Amino acid sequence: MKMHTTYMGLKLDSPIVVSACTLSEHTDNIVKMEDNGAGAVVLFSLFEEQIRKEEAVFNSVMSETSYAFPEAMDYFPGLDDFKVGIDEYLENIRKAKERVKMPVIASLNGITNEGWIDYSKQMQQAGADGIEVNIFFIPGDITMSTAEVEHRYLNIIENIKQTVQIPVAVKINPYFSAMGNMAMRMKNAGADALVLFNRFYQPDFDINELVIKTDLHYSESNEIRLPLMWIALLYGKVKLSLAATTGVQSAVEVIKYLLAGAEVVMTASSLYKNGIPYLKTMNKEVNDWMYMMGFDSVDAFRGIMSQQNIADPTAYERSNYIKILEGIK
Amino acid sequence: MSNKNKTVATIDGNEAAAYVAYRINEVCAIYPITPSSTMAELADEWASKGTKNIWGNVPDVIEMQSEGGAAGTVHGALQTGSLTTTFTASQGLMLMLPNMYKIAGELTACVFHVAARSLAAQGLSIFGDHQDVMAARTTGFAMLSSASVQEAHDFALIAQVASLRSRIPFVHFFDGFRTSHEVNKLELLGDDQIRSMVPDELVIAHRKRGLNPETPFIRGTAQNPDVYFQGRETVNTFYNNTPGIVQEVMNDFAKLTGRKYELFEYTGAADAEELTIIMGSGGETVEETVNALNKQGRKTGVIVVRLYRPFSLSHFINALPATVRSIAVLDRTKESGAAGEPMYQDVLATLVEALQQGKLKKLPNIVGGRYGLSSKEFTPAMVKAVYDELKKDHPKNGFTVGINDDITFTSLEYDPAFKLDESEWRQGLFFGLGADGTVGANKNTIKIIGENTDLFAQGYFVYDSKKSGARTVSHLRFGPKPIRAPYLISKADFIACHQFNFVEKVEMLESAGEGATFLLNSPYPKEEVWNKLPGQVQQQLIDKKIKLYVIDATTVARDTGMSGRINTIMQTCYFALSGVLPKDDAIKQIKKAIEKTYFKKGPKVIEQNFKAVDETLAHLYEVSYPKKVSAASVDLLTVSDKAPAFVKEVTAMMMSGHGDDIPVSKMTVDGTYPSGTTQWEKRNIADLVPVWEPDVCIQCGNCAYVCPHSVIRAKFYNEKFLGKAPEGFKSAPINARGFPETKYSLQVYVEDCTGCNLCVEVCPASDPANRNRKAINMDNKEPILQKEKKNIGFFENIPWNDRSKIDFSTVHGAQFLEPLFEFSGACAGCGETPYLKLLSQLFGDRLLVANATGCSSIYGGNLPTTPWAKNKDGRGPAWSNSLFEDNAEFGLGMRITADKQLAVARQLLLEMKDELGEAYVNEILDAPQTLESELVLQHQRVDGLKARLKEMTSSASKHLLSMADQLVRRSVWLVGGDGWAYDIGYGGLDHALASGRNINILVLDTEVYSNTGGQSSKSTPTAATAKFAAGGKAGGKKDLAMQAISYGNVYVARVAFGANPQQALLAMREAEAYDGPSIILAYSHCIAHGYDLKDGLGQQHKAVASGHWPLLRYNPVLRKKNQNPFVLDSPRPNISLKDYAYNELRYKVLTMTNPEAADNLMKRAQDLVNLKWKTYEELATKKASDFVPVA
Repeated sequence: MKMHTTYMGLKLDSPIVVSACTLSEHTDNIVKMEDNGAGAVVLFSLFEEQIRKEEAVFNSVMSETSYAFPEAMDYFPGLDDFKVGIDEYLENIRKAKERVKMPVIASLNGITNEGWIDYSKQMQQAGADGIEVNIFFIPGDITMSTAEVEHRYLNIIENIKQTVQIPVAVKINPYFSAMGNMAMRMKNAGADALVLFNRFYQPDFDINELVIKTDLHYSESNEIRLPLMWIALLYGKVKLSLAATTGVQSAVEVIKYLLAGAEVVMTASSLYKNGIPYLKTMNKEVNDWMYMMGFDSVDAFRGIMSQQNIADPTAYERSNYIKILEGIK
Repeated sequence: MSNKNKTVATIDGNEAAAYVAYRINEVCAIYPITPSSTMAELADEWASKGTKNIWGNVPDVIEMQSEGGAAGTVHGALQTGSLTTTFTASQGLMLMLPNMYKIAGELTACVFHVAARSLAAQGLSIFGDHQDVMAARTTGFAMLSSASVQEAHDFALIAQVASLRSRIPFVHFFDGFRTSHEVNKLELLGDDQIRSMVPDELVIAHRKRGLNPETPFIRGTAQNPDVYFQGRETVNTFYNNTPGIVQEVMNDFAKLTGRKYELFEYTGAADAEELTIIMGSGGETVEETVNALNKQGRKTGVIVVRLYRPFSLSHFINALPATVRSIAVLDRTKESGAAGEPMYQDVLATLVEALQQGKLKKLPNIVGGRYGLSSKEFTPAMVKAVYDELKKDHPKNGFTVGINDDITFTSLEYDPAFKLDESEWRQGLFFGLGADGTVGANKNTIKIIGENTDLFAQGYFVYDSKKSGARTVSHLRFGPKPIRAPYLISKADFIACHQFNFVEKVEMLESAGEGATFLLNSPYPKEEVWNKLPGQVQQQLIDKKIKLYVIDATTVARDTGMSGRINTIMQTCYFALSGVLPKDDAIKQIKKAIEKTYFKKGPKVIEQNFKAVDETLAHLYEVSYPKKVSAASVDLLTVSDKAPAFVKEVTAMMMSGHGDDIPVSKMTVDGTYPSGTTQWEKRNIADLVPVWEPDVCIQCGNCAYVCPHSVIRAKFYNEKFLGKAPEGFKSAPINARGFPETKYSLQVYVEDCTGCNLCVEVCPASDPANRNRKAINMDNKEPILQKEKKNIGFFENIPWNDRSKIDFSTVHGAQFLEPLFEFSGACAGCGETPYLKLLSQLFGDRLLVANATGCSSIYGGNLPTTPWAKNKDGRGPAWSNSLFEDNAEFGLGMRITADKQLAVARQLLLEMKDELGEAYVNEILDAPQTLESELVLQHQRVDGLKARLKEMTSSASKHLLSMADQLVRRSVWLVGGDGWAYDIGYGGLDHALASGRNINILVLDTEVYSNTGGQSSKSTPTAATAKFAAGGKAGGKKDLAMQAISYGNVYVARVAFGANPQQALLAMREAEAYDGPSIILAYSHCIAHGYDLKDGLGQQHKAVASGHWPLLRYNPVLRKKNQNPFVLDSPRPNISLKDYAYNELRYKVLTMTNPEAADNLMKRAQDLVNLKWKTYEELATKKASDFVPVA
């Protein structure tokens, strides 16, 4: 069976990609991912906000503890080699590139224009094969118009693409008024791939303490339907790579996404639950399914369930929704 | 040697000496002590980086538990043939004395490098003089004195070679701070030069003298009266030969480097009549002054003593001009009761002997004098005063210079206006805060100019004694010739004020020369700044025609992404304005330095700094100002009218920086000072202060409990008090049923607050309508300052609540106890001081504190003001510091006195029962003293007894009166850090615990030597980095709790006030109530941990939650009741050690510098945590009989 695929022009041995998560903080894990059949790895996200906070804390600690008291000129040995800011992340890219052959995609979660540009440039210099930009933006300011929100996304993509030559994927949320049109505009702004979808942090309340709860849950397999629908709708219509993420717990979800038209399918929660070797299991199960179904390559079945390839294209549209509701009655 | 082969560096004296010592030696046994710590730290750092010595190996650097331990290790390493050294100062050298006699007696070659420092006498001082080395002059060590940074470098080598050649061990010393911390440009010795000075055969001979089972011998015998004396005399030849050897080595050195030295270096007129003899950095000042005086026609000279021991008569007489009529020997030490100071006596004896031998025709008039104790300034003006005195027919003997002795009139008057020609120098003074990077930037400036231009550079840095809001003054000189001026700048051509509020607090322009430049970091634009300056500053600007420049450095820093750091900006201003270098060249150099400094931080950081430099130049403005003063003057000496006379007359002088002007008559004679003087200082160092919201507050008392500076205080009172309350005074109904007329107020002492934010972090209450509004929030101080001052005045008049009516057992109740430890100079957010404050609240009016040297003795007892206070009855903690190493024994002595005097007082009471009445006596003797109400009654009884005794005349009544206070139960606490308890004082602490006496030990455990800059202690946890453990501590942390528990009769607790305040409170009360030894290990977050201390309480929680710091109590009282005495107060760990540790730089740094080691150490540390928890959990479930029974 031919499991290989391409993603943003990158050649992958498997369509199963490890999405941005803390597992990739250790290079040993990345090696293990490749050994177990991952097609690529998206490194854990670099959060500009966190970097800036760390820099601020470091600077504050340094100024509080340097030459402030006659008996103690300083407190911390070995700080010459101590790196704050993005350096540690870049070192992770370099180390990963030294040890694995599969593509290593950096993940960037910025907050300022300067951050997006500077950090993406440095990621490219460190050897990243691609960058996944995670535009984690909730327009909580209700005076902000739809156009302004959309412009913000496009502006970031344009700026990054003007800065780097490596492919850029954009991890987006599903809450655009015209998702399809927005996808097209992002392609025109330079995006090489869309990753569907970002799971926004959605706060919960603690009703006893009257505080916001900040816990995060792994995605569940029943969450795949929204990205599945949009991949199926966009496949073939917008000329960029589509990556599926959210809800991938087993080979079943991988297959579904590929059928919808995804070039790659990303997972992290299945690895947290089952361990990194579970990649091998998923690959094998996709392979077994292909054998059973008579597909000799991923390309042979990719997108065959997309809107443009199915017999009844309206199955993806609103009228179908009404029919379903009627069916429930 | 040609110039082009010379390597120059701008480093301080410590580095200069350590550089050579490290390269020659194979073993360094070290222990931190100011001001020598840097030498040991550098040696350790170089070793950890694999830097090799000239023998091609990396020296073995080992930190010991004390200087005594270091000396023992040195001795052992020497006796087995290693080239071995150590670095120390002051009390450290005192602890080495016993071994020094041994090392010298055995003719063992080595060098001890000493940054000479005062000894603790009437008070401790970390600053420089020769008291320590003078105390070592009898050990048999040769003593070689360096007078400058270059000499500290050169003499480190000369001493080592001379020692190997002579077999006499050497103390190589230089002045603490003045030389050890002065940054100066020097020529570095190359490894090949060092190597060429140390012949192989000497090293091999040294090794051969070492113990070796292959060729065994015995050394270190015990000797009897028949031979000991003769044995002592065997060494004479070696000592006789040493001066000649040292001079030969100096000559060899001169051939190698071109730098020539003499044992006694004479400078001055060939026909000098007046001569001074001096040793150390002051020699440079005298030499330069002599040259200036002789140009005026005077006939003066100076002998700078290099080799003080052995003191060579022949070399000395050779250096002495025959024309000398009067000699002043200047000693930087004090030997009370002696016929004179040591060097004076040496010179006197030498000259008399020379006279007797016919080597001197006539005995000159010889006097001795003292100068420069504890880094007291020693200036050309003072030197001139000495020479002027020598011109007199009968110059004063035993004089002092630099102070005003108005009691015994030893002091010489001097004219401060006398100065040397300073026209070749550019002199800059920089006033900053410890935390604003001013000193770091200035050190960088010196490096830039010193190492990239032909100019010579000198930098010296003065700090105040506070750990929060500390001020610094940097003294920078640049000139075309080597700068030989080891004294502060008094006439600057450039003065920079990095903090605008200093204009109202600090005298800065007094030291400005005419036409100087004054650079002011000002939030006000150039058009407005003039009117913001106090009258006297305006006057000084006008009078001295000073050029005024302003920059809003804070805004430039913010706008250029420098995170508010103003140091690069102010440094750029200096380069642009000072004229030390042409402006364009200066900017080029600063950018070059930025590239070098931030090379590893990446191009972004470099670009950011470049931008800051460029923007600085665009925002630097000259201010043209009117020639007329427009503002009123402010008084820099202000303290409240309510302050006691001593505070007004003496303390205020120290506070305002005029302590040098205090005459001897105003000082206390025995180091005794009044309690509670921090209350008069009002440092106003925080811009943001807590503001209380009564409507949100639940009156829990957490904020008052955690406040490190006792700034937040609570009282409840009858509402009638509010009748006279100033407008805006806040109160709320007390949060308790049944007291409708009772109000509660929380008062913030805003002028004493450090702005640490802990109170806000700990506050559990928030406004339901606005969750961001807590019951206490930080806000700008300035708008509320005047109002709050009135509120504080009113609040202070509300009586403190009756202690007998307060529930001590809760955090809520503790807030109503008056703190008798307040407004210390500890770091903002200090994790130690909340424990001390609580101690003072619980037991303050009967508390004796023995405080080990360290952070707590500095913020607890460093002049000018001290925080241990007293209550309205005049009672409060009685506090003393003895030393670092002996605090347990010191405190035990206090307990023994309390017990002894109590026994005597009880005996006397019984003896006087007929006079006093048996029932009366029995009431006092049998009074219970457990509850606070009982203690209040006993205080009243004893007050009554004392009143009666005062009326009596018998001997017994007088004796009883002198000890009657002991009839109220004393609470004796031995306080100190982990450096004391785990390391240097451990032997004494262990013995004190084993004594069974009723002492209470409070270990403020920061897991590192905090006061001296973060060196590893045996409390430092596995995987953390610290100085002397730069590669991460591999060994385990000592479990002092378990060691103490092993005695069975010791009350033991491990507490963390941020994690469980109630448990900490309970432990303190149980410890104090236990009639036996107790020890509390108190987790203390610290700036040495490396994070923003506002998160200190959160880290305490995590320390406990991870199992790193399990809370426990071991109470022998329970064992006696046949219950399990081991109580585990922590829940089972629910986060990993990493989740706690990696929030702190001390752990995190290793993940960057050596991730593999970090990973391994962290795994090991987690295993140790797991193991410890398992052990504790098992102990917590055992039966009483499984533990040691209490005797």
